[in-house]
Amino acid sequence: MIELNVNGKQVAIAAEPDTPLLWAIREHLELTGTKYGCGSGFCGACAVHLNGKAVRSCQTPLAQAAGASVTTIEGLSPDSSHPLQKAWIAEQVPQCGYCQSGQIMKAAELLERNPNPTREEIVSHMNGILCRCGTYNRIIAAIERASGEG
Amino acid sequence: MADNATINTSISRRSFLGGAAGLTFAVAVGPGRGWLISAAEAKTAVHEIGAWVRIASDDSITIITPAAEMGQGSMTGVPIALAEELDADWSKVTLEMAPAEPEIYGYMNRGRKRMQIAGSRAVRSYFQPMRLAGAQARKVLVQAAAERWGVDVTTLTTEPSVVVDKVNGRRLSYGEIAGFAEVPAAMPAVTADELKKKSDFRLIGKPVDRHDIPEKVNGAAVFSIDVQLPGMVYASTVHAPVQLAEPEGWNDAEVRKLKGVVDIVKLERGVAVVADTFEHVLAARQALNVSWTRGAAAEGFDSERALSEDYAAIAERHEATATPVNVTGDVEAAFVNAARVYKANFRSDYGYHAQMEPLNGVARFNEAGDQVEVWEGTQAPGSSREKIAEALGLQTSQVIHHQCYMGGGFGRRTVTDYTIEAALIARSIKRPVKMIWTREEDLAYAMFRPQSYQCVEAALDEAGKISGWRHCVVGDGQNLLTAGIKLDEYYGIPNQLVELRGTSHGIRVKHWRAVAHPPNIFAIESFVDEMAAGENMDPLAFRRSRLAMTPRAQAVFDLVERMSDWGRTRPEGRALGLSVTERSGSVGAGVVEISVDRSRGKIRVHKAWVAVDGGIIVQPEMARRNIESGVVFGISSVLKERATVKEGTVMQSNFHDYQLLRMVETPEEIHVEFIDRDSAPTGLGEIANPFIGAAVANAFHALTGKRLYHMPFTPERVRQALEA
Ligand code: FES
Ligand code: FES
Repeated sequence: MIELNVNGKQVAIAAEPDTPLLWAIREHLELTGTKYGCGSGFCGACAVHLNGKAVRSCQTPLAQAAGASVTTIEGLSPDSSHPLQKAWIAEQVPQCGYCQSGQIMKAAELLERNPNPTREEIVSHMNGILCRCGTYNRIIAAIERASGEG
Repeated sequence: MADNATINTSISRRSFLGGAAGLTFAVAVGPGRGWLISAAEAKTAVHEIGAWVRIASDDSITIITPAAEMGQGSMTGVPIALAEELDADWSKVTLEMAPAEPEIYGYMNRGRKRMQIAGSRAVRSYFQPMRLAGAQARKVLVQAAAERWGVDVTTLTTEPSVVVDKVNGRRLSYGEIAGFAEVPAAMPAVTADELKKKSDFRLIGKPVDRHDIPEKVNGAAVFSIDVQLPGMVYASTVHAPVQLAEPEGWNDAEVRKLKGVVDIVKLERGVAVVADTFEHVLAARQALNVSWTRGAAAEGFDSERALSEDYAAIAERHEATATPVNVTGDVEAAFVNAARVYKANFRSDYGYHAQMEPLNGVARFNEAGDQVEVWEGTQAPGSSREKIAEALGLQTSQVIHHQCYMGGGFGRRTVTDYTIEAALIARSIKRPVKMIWTREEDLAYAMFRPQSYQCVEAALDEAGKISGWRHCVVGDGQNLLTAGIKLDEYYGIPNQLVELRGTSHGIRVKHWRAVAHPPNIFAIESFVDEMAAGENMDPLAFRRSRLAMTPRAQAVFDLVERMSDWGRTRPEGRALGLSVTERSGSVGAGVVEISVDRSRGKIRVHKAWVAVDGGIIVQPEMARRNIESGVVFGISSVLKERATVKEGTVMQSNFHDYQLLRMVETPEEIHVEFIDRDSAPTGLGEIANPFIGAAVANAFHALTGKRLYHMPFTPERVRQALEA
């Protein structure tokens, strides 16, 4: 049993310490908003916050999250009211939507640290998260919108 | 925007039709019918019936949407046409996903009803039937209100979800009417000329939010990979390194001893490991050691050698069997009488769909083993259901199909091999299962856009006009190679010979966003540009004066010329390139502005302008985003994406060696404009990516004086071209 705090709740997960946090979250806790894209650290679809820092959950062993606090897309806000979620809807960002949890979690980390990022800062922060549907410019627009309002 | 954005994947026809108070309009099976029928007709119908739209007394309206959603917005775009003619208040509309019953919910295509969402077909196929259905339902509501008030129907009008009696100052909401009215025994007929005029549209052409977006920002959207069932176990299939080889044996006892392993299932083309958790599946996969049959067709195949050497030889070998694709006029004569002749060859590598969601399916059998439920994301729910049944030796009716959102489709998901595997595994282990291909598996067992070789020749007459065109395509993929050479859609060339010289490699190939257009348009429009340079003309001026442009092509060229300010000189180190394309009934022209990092061999696209004639644009904002997506997809494939096969084995394994475009490489500006038309909508999802190859190559020539003949334009190829 490995204990950690996920989205404000204390949970115990019956899995080996080397289980990727991704599968612990998705399949053990059934928080399926966090996505599997490559399993190898290349795409960022699996991004969650570990003690406030965006990490690739497919590359994070569960043991590393023991006692830590994890936030997933489901825990970003109770009702889609995070400025980024509102901006994502206003800009109609998602296409297929599969990468978007990772995009939003990565963007949330940015605004946490830097409430008014420049376009260059946005691009360099977000560059690791792939979007096959090519929504990149809409993502930038949504982050700019959220930072303006945030 | 409709709140309550749920995608109900399991609506029951009976519950919908026999539901609570309100008006339900049904649709019946029949050739080419998009018409509504009444409940009375439904009861006596010998055919299968299904619901299209339901109006409840609380004013809520439910519309069945038949269009699978993979990010293009069709699940919203299609029902908007119905809501428009119904004059529905869109904020009161909820959408439900149609069940996989093409006989009821399909559109007519090549003699068959289909639900397949591919080839940018959703909006253009459903537009008219949905409008007629909406108009018919509206007629019923107005008629009912007229009877209640004792007035003539012609004195009544509608506002969103309200029937209005202007003369007497009365109003009845659709919900109020649904509370007392009944759908008449015989539905009123509606003809196309009773439909709204474009100027009267309230929803079509106006910004409407997509139905699926709210749940795509909070993790609630359900993709099949997210489905959870009680007692479910996990599986992943290992396929042969040489595609289509079959499993002979494996270290069964050893793998079965591993923690959590439930079973190991032999499939026709692979071996599936089943375990209690997905991490245990992954560990078992690692340990699994399969021996494969020898003699698969792909054995020994080397894609680079085939493309660099064999294809050219096949093109030159005149006795090689050619399949004519288009023969118009007298090509021989055009070349014999030519004043000048141009010739060039182009190549394109294999391309991978790389949809972000690795392919997967969830399946559960009933106790008796005579009924299976599947959850999947498919572009073709109707045929998928049939194919799953066929693979299991069941009737289609024994397959309960749940359509989920797709984490990208791009043409890959009209074939359902992944869900078939899930269903076979579930049957074998007698437990519900979620089967997920790892990314590595998804790529190794991919179905590629075929690699191809294009040999293009043109004859110019005395006046310098293009009088003859020969185009030979070589590769393995039949119509996946030649769809897309439709010069007549934009240029009039009197004498043409387009032919295919096929070969075969045993590598799985498939439709890929815009199918054969990207490699073909790359060849055609690069070649046209090369002729323009040969004739010392501006590329656009050359196209205008030497090619008989169709009016639609003229219009998009004019528009993109204006948008990009084509004639203006760009700053040092930047240049523009141009290309036209058609696809799915639409015509588009695009311009890109690029720079080149010569030492690193890297091309960067800074700006893109796209002008599209797509008929009536049902949802301009969605359409714009879909086209932007196509631009980025196009740049990604043209600059980076390359799959190769050696010894019959795919050489790439994940996103480090099959790279996709990243944010930092995306154009800072993408501008999309539409020609204002009042004609039926045509496809938009694949109008942008085909033009990128030639536009970038042409810009590269404008900047460096060198030509690129092989897609993708990898740094190595760019440096080679610069040195040439
Ligand atoms: S799934 Fe973790 S980086 Fe791709
Ligand atoms: S929206 Fe489809 S991958 Fe990003």
